[in-house]
Amino acid sequence: MGAVNSKEYVKVELKSVTYVKPREKTTIQKLKQSWRLYVLLILPLVYLALFKYAPMFGAIIAFKDYQVSKGILGSDWVGFKHFLRFFHWYDFWRVMWNTISLSFYQLVASFPLPIILALSINYVKNQFFKKSVQMISYAPHFISVVVMVGMILLFFAPRTGIISNILVLFGFADINWMGKPEYFQSIYVWSGVWQNVGFSCIIYLAALSSIDPSLHEAAVVDGASKLRRIWHIDLPGIMPIAIILLILNFGNMMELGFEKVLLMQNPLNLRTSEVIDTYVYKVGLVSEAANFSYSSAIGLFRNIINLILLLLINRMARKAGQASLW
Amino acid sequence: MIMVLYPLIYIVSASFSSTKSVISGEMWLWPIEPTLDGYKAVFEHHLIWSGFLNSLFYTVFGTLINVIMTLLAGYPLSRKDLYGKNFIMFLFVFTMFFSGGLIPTYILVKDLGLLDTRWAMLLPGALAVWNVIITRTFFQVTIPDELLEAAKIDGCSDFTFITKIVLPLSAPIIAVISLFYAVGHWNQFFQALIYLKDPQLFPLQLVLRDILVMNEISLEILPDVESAAALEGLREKLKYALVVVASVPLLIVYPFVQRHFVKGVMLGSLKG
Repeated sequence: MGAVNSKEYVKVELKSVTYVKPREKTTIQKLKQSWRLYVLLILPLVYLALFKYAPMFGAIIAFKDYQVSKGILGSDWVGFKHFLRFFHWYDFWRVMWNTISLSFYQLVASFPLPIILALSINYVKNQFFKKSVQMISYAPHFISVVVMVGMILLFFAPRTGIISNILVLFGFADINWMGKPEYFQSIYVWSGVWQNVGFSCIIYLAALSSIDPSLHEAAVVDGASKLRRIWHIDLPGIMPIAIILLILNFGNMMELGFEKVLLMQNPLNLRTSEVIDTYVYKVGLVSEAANFSYSSAIGLFRNIINLILLLLINRMARKAGQASLW
Repeated sequence: MIMVLYPLIYIVSASFSSTKSVISGEMWLWPIEPTLDGYKAVFEHHLIWSGFLNSLFYTVFGTLINVIMTLLAGYPLSRKDLYGKNFIMFLFVFTMFFSGGLIPTYILVKDLGLLDTRWAMLLPGALAVWNVIITRTFFQVTIPDELLEAAKIDGCSDFTFITKIVLPLSAPIIAVISLFYAVGHWNQFFQALIYLKDPQLFPLQLVLRDILVMNEISLEILPDVESAAALEGLREKLKYALVVVASVPLLIVYPFVQRHFVKGVMLGSLKG
């Protein structure tokens, strides 16, 4: 240990002698200086290259006729054939519409509620009540998609489910909820709200607690009501975070709920429940004549739309003078 | 509040009640004619057991890999003196917003020979960029530059600094990301759905899907049923009991770790 120390010490001495005028280090020197950090980064970077960037490269099969025997590189180029096939597919507009309307519905429904919940929790004085409200409202977040959908199916089951029972009790006709395409989106969105409203409000609670309490004190002195304080102090305080979350949600809007949509799907509600992702999955992995290229083309198309959306929204947010992602 | 709580209570009560009272709507809050038939059926189902053990395996080892990878990536990226930091960070963040897609990833996993092995559940998701960002932010906030400089002057290399100083200080962040990852692994089903064919490897969630969503319950696992109606009834009960059994492990741990989750979300928002 001591030997190492003295060696390092000498080095430091040398440095201070040679660099009388501090000079910019060259790139090589900078790289050398922290080589140990790069060593640490090797594994994560290999992972990224292998499992993230290699598939991005693999996505070129969208422009090819992929055949297992020829591999990704050896397959023949076919240009935009698969994209055109998708655009001309008779159900193209319906699937697009389902995807867009479902994500938009979800976005609109799930955005304001956590804010409202956070604001009301914030004004609760009783600590015990506050803690237990938080505890219980976070809990459903940890239920898995599968179990969640299982619960939905049990509740909405015709004849046996609780919803049917309540309806019949009050003299309404029983409805096969999961079999009606017109209910699919609402069930999907509101069960999602039920599951996540508590957890999403954590972030707003954090933002609220970082608001300077002297603002509130001053407002109280000036005789501002609670509503006024919410409107003029709390809301502006959480606005930047709200906007960033909105941007992020927009960015993810076409992929997050895919597993749930897939699980909630049945032949009866397919008319509104078929979205791009489920279609990609079916074309590529489920159907008898699995078509990897066609499926990749649709997936790629969706990813690019997603990226463009994200960039656009981010630019809009920046123009509006609010926070942006980068 | 009640809206959130009621479905949870209902499920638990329904799992203990007799089938008839649940189906007819008699049971609405507390169990009626309590029985344990549903749970008996759950624990007699061999796939549920193997699924449970598989899930445990995937969760423990998956999380272990995840945490190591995330720390390996998160620490260097938190260092100001890392040359090319922004570029490397961009490489990470870009994957959050764009990906090759389902099929190319599937082909890759297939070509690597991971299909239908346990590795397919562990490797493709070995690292989540979001957690790398959280970890990086944590290091930036908690480990002051002066500490590093002081250690360097004392002749401490980056490796020694990490093992002697950074790791002992990072217990909170390890707790946070382990939790995030563990919940993810426990609830993971789609990867299993596309990568696994052998029922012996199925995690619990996939077994659940077959029973709860696809309604596939093999008959031989249901003991001595006299009529089709009784069979139908037991099926429904089995489902309620299953929902409870599958969620209980997380919900038991949850109150103790809730604090950490909140912390994690806040760390995320710091940078975000």
